[in-house]
Amino acid sequence: MKKRKLGRGVAVIGAGMTKFGMYKNKDSKDLFAEAFNETIASVDKGFDPNEIEALYLGNFSNDFFVHQSHWAPLISDLIGLSPKPATRTEGACASSALAFREGVFAIASGFYDIVLVGGVEEMSKTSTEEVAEGLALATVPYEGRVGFTFPGVFGVIATAYFAKYGASHRDLMNVTIKSHNNAPLNPKAQIPFTIREMMNTKIERAKGKGRPAPQWKDEIEFLSDLSANPPVAWPMHLYDCCPISDGASCMILAAEEIAGNFTDKPLNVIGIGQGSGRGFHSAKSLTSFEATQNAAKEAYGMSGIKPEDIQFSEVHDCFSIAEIIHTEDLGFFKKGEGYKAVRDGLTRLDGPMPVNTSGGLKSKGHPVGATGTSQLVEVWKQLRNEAGERQVKKKNLRIGAAHNLGGTGGTCTFTILERR
Amino acid sequence: MEKKIFSDIEYNEYLNKKKLMGSKCKKCGSLFTPPRPICIDCYGTDMEWIEMKGTGKLAAFTCISIGPPFMIKEGFDRKHPYCVGVVELDEGTKVDARIEGIDPGKPETIKVGMPLAVKYLHREKKGEKLTYLAFEPA
Ligand SMILES: [Zn+2]
Repeated sequence: MKKRKLGRGVAVIGAGMTKFGMYKNKDSKDLFAEAFNETIASVDKGFDPNEIEALYLGNFSNDFFVHQSHWAPLISDLIGLSPKPATRTEGACASSALAFREGVFAIASGFYDIVLVGGVEEMSKTSTEEVAEGLALATVPYEGRVGFTFPGVFGVIATAYFAKYGASHRDLMNVTIKSHNNAPLNPKAQIPFTIREMMNTKIERAKGKGRPAPQWKDEIEFLSDLSANPPVAWPMHLYDCCPISDGASCMILAAEEIAGNFTDKPLNVIGIGQGSGRGFHSAKSLTSFEATQNAAKEAYGMSGIKPEDIQFSEVHDCFSIAEIIHTEDLGFFKKGEGYKAVRDGLTRLDGPMPVNTSGGLKSKGHPVGATGTSQLVEVWKQLRNEAGERQVKKKNLRIGAAHNLGGTGGTCTFTILERR
Repeated sequence: MEKKIFSDIEYNEYLNKKKLMGSKCKKCGSLFTPPRPICIDCYGTDMEWIEMKGTGKLAAFTCISIGPPFMIKEGFDRKHPYCVGVVELDEGTKVDARIEGIDPGKPETIKVGMPLAVKYLHREKKGEKLTYLAFEPA
């Protein structure tokens, strides 16, 4: 395998994000300003924003969602960076992971020493139908033409996976339950409730209205109840899908040799991979994401580490099946074993390979352009032992990763950070 | 006669005429559906049109309850879901298609691997004839 390397080392010295949610009274600028302020405040030894030399901003489709394009200069002006360069990156739901990657390359090349990378998306001010239509702009045309939706694409992947490995929708429920167990521990999560808590709320609400209270024995029974968890694109049901969200996230990157001026706990970028995928018509396998496999190959190839060296990871779970397949494509589990790993609790917060300690896209929220860097914000928190109640309690926690997927697998990234 | 280029426009024109066409690389023999202008196996650009038999098997599927606006217009909704899937053709390539002749309300009864045969569904869009690729149990 070709050993890829950066021209010089790059480190993360600051990170921040908004709480994800549906904001009636905040727009993209308000959200980014919030994330930016938190990021500046996160730099241990203090940071003067004048030191930022360029901005890389991920945004998928504010053009469609709020009818405004060309966001990089707008955000650059907002944070007092103009007339310095500002560049927008677009890779659907992986837009800000691309911003991070471009920022890394800009520093590694020696051109800049300090850059700001991040992402923003404002989705909740349009109707659900319009959001679905907006997201569908990132599907493969042959699929869109016959009536595929985003959830539908993942529904197809799920039926292919079920047929090949003998899994079922019940196995996907374990992903949902696990994500929602982590979310209440994350103050930035959009849906900070366990499935059990949401069940109880529904029961109390029914009682309050004098209706017969639903009788669910456990979470699985609740998620199997089609009136509580209706199909969206079978076998994808409501609780297999991430919510509609607004939010922003950002990070400050610096050349490794100067990172110590800002913090004694920088995170080094030791692996950074990307790949591109294709539609079903051309895909070699319906149960793997080629783009993820390529991203993993690049990132592992650069870092020289193996999947078993990754101590925890954020994994793109726009739909429950996506998390399972990606944990296989990233090498955390063998092909066809990902669903068993979730069932056996291996990916829980206290398991041997915690996945989506933040609550994942499913419960933390998924403002698409902001997701990539928000996943890395979680890695930042964990590796610096600042994750509070959801802190991964492994000895010598040193290496964490984030995997981000765009569209239906067209763009995927895998980024590995290390605290030295 | 002008030679048809290996494009989506020509592919869709063929679908309108109830022909499922692919392109075959004359250099290495690789076959593609939908057609490609450039062979991704050998970078050959000398292609020929090949008509597919129109039979295959269901590789994977989904039954959609919340569809895009044009499917809602056709009458599909939560109570009336529709099925779309990926069909592996006997020639070995894959296509995306609507799946008909099954019950999208009972997805448990739809089986990956079931043999299928092509049919064509037409719809109008701004006065223009558009054809969906569809398959039904063979
Ligand atoms: Zn060829």
